[in-house]
Amino acid sequence: MDSNDIKITIIDRDGVKHNIEAPTDMAMNLMEIVRSYELAPEGTIGVCGGMAMCASCQCYVNSEHNLPEMQDDEEAMLSEAFYVKDNSRLGCQIHISPELEGLEVELAPES
Amino acid sequence: MITTDIIIIGAGPTGLFAVFEAGLLKLKCHLIDALPQPGGQCSEIYPKKPIYDIPAYPEILAGDLTDKLLEQCKQFEPGFTLGERAETIDKQEDGTFIVTTNKGTKHQAPVVAIASGLGSFEPRKPLLGNITDFEDKGVEYIIKEPELYRDKNVIIAGGGDSALDWSIFLADVAKSVTLVHRRNEFRGHLDSVEKVQELKNSGKISLITPAEITAIIGDDKVEALEITKKDEAPFTIETDHFIPLFGLSPKLGPIANWGLEIEKNAIKVNNALDYQTNIPGIFAIGDGNIYPGKLKLILCGFHEATLMCQAAYKIINPGKRYVLKYTTVAGIDGFDGTRKEAPKAVVKTID
Repeated sequence: MDSNDIKITIIDRDGVKHNIEAPTDMAMNLMEIVRSYELAPEGTIGVCGGMAMCASCQCYVNSEHNLPEMQDDEEAMLSEAFYVKDNSRLGCQIHISPELEGLEVELAPES
Repeated sequence: MITTDIIIIGAGPTGLFAVFEAGLLKLKCHLIDALPQPGGQCSEIYPKKPIYDIPAYPEILAGDLTDKLLEQCKQFEPGFTLGERAETIDKQEDGTFIVTTNKGTKHQAPVVAIASGLGSFEPRKPLLGNITDFEDKGVEYIIKEPELYRDKNVIIAGGGDSALDWSIFLADVAKSVTLVHRRNEFRGHLDSVEKVQELKNSGKISLITPAEITAIIGDDKVEALEITKKDEAPFTIETDHFIPLFGLSPKLGPIANWGLEIEKNAIKVNNALDYQTNIPGIFAIGDGNIYPGKLKLILCGFHEATLMCQAAYKIINPGKRYVLKYTTVAGIDGFDGTRKEAPKAVVKTID
């Protein structure tokens, strides 16, 4: 494991738990991590490329991490998305940083 | 029947550039797209966002890229079938293909290029159990014919530009317009938000926020909706129409049943040669194809479109000689009779 990696847990849309390592030094976000590990089929996640404009990367944050605060565009997109819960976030807006060590998220259903 | 040389499915940047490259080879194109306007994702999802990796454009807005591609291919007079989804493909005995849309429009050509990106954009349907029973019986996800709503009661749900814009438009047409959104804040152009505020103040639009539609009520058509405001008991409002506007999401759709090899929601092609699929005469270019090392970039789509056109030329003109010409040298002869060419060099004696 690279010293710049953190361990996170992602539960895919079939409920399968994946314990994976995510680099903190590659300017990646959570949606991109999911794509790089192919935990959701291509074309069903990150459709807009990561602009908070499609909600295909919606996930539920299960752990108690201090995440970056939601910006207006993410909040607005989530207000139009389906299957939204109180702990919903858009994966593309969560930058992978060392503070996220141990993060657990669950991918929201495809819609 | 619309006949052409290349049927292009998808009018995004790759499809539009293919029109230009085909035109240089004197091949005519006709584009089919499920969206009502050309540009694909660039116009539908992010027209006002900048792109930084189009060669020679340090920065260009996605909407402007679409405009420039349309301008670049204009003299090759592409045909368009917009707002219709390519549904079926049938190979004819003479080797040509007939592509039929969901509205029954037929197109015939010897070559088909699928430039469909992530797929055709389909409306996102709210999670109401019986909503499909009411489709076209009072529930419409896309407004095609505004006159349908004249003197009718209409409830629109959503918080983006289309919900705002249609509320404003229908305020003058419908008997009543009610806009329901999950939050008090709307995500739209400032002037649309202000206009809705104005119409609300003058009583032309009723606004129900923060609230959600929680049930559709009716026998064989929409008669009323159950609306639930946050932390309150549900209530019902009578209505003739329910228009949920929650954006569009791309789906591979009927193309998945065309007998093409599909991998990871994309169409497998031969990238060593010409981006042809497993069916000779059908190509896939741009974000919708897959091959080892594939990158979903507009600039890669341009390259793929160019090579596809060379292969299409050989199919359409078997055995005919061809040599690559440079536009700077040969100029461009449009199908509309226009000609673009480099100015002639000035040869003059210096005394």
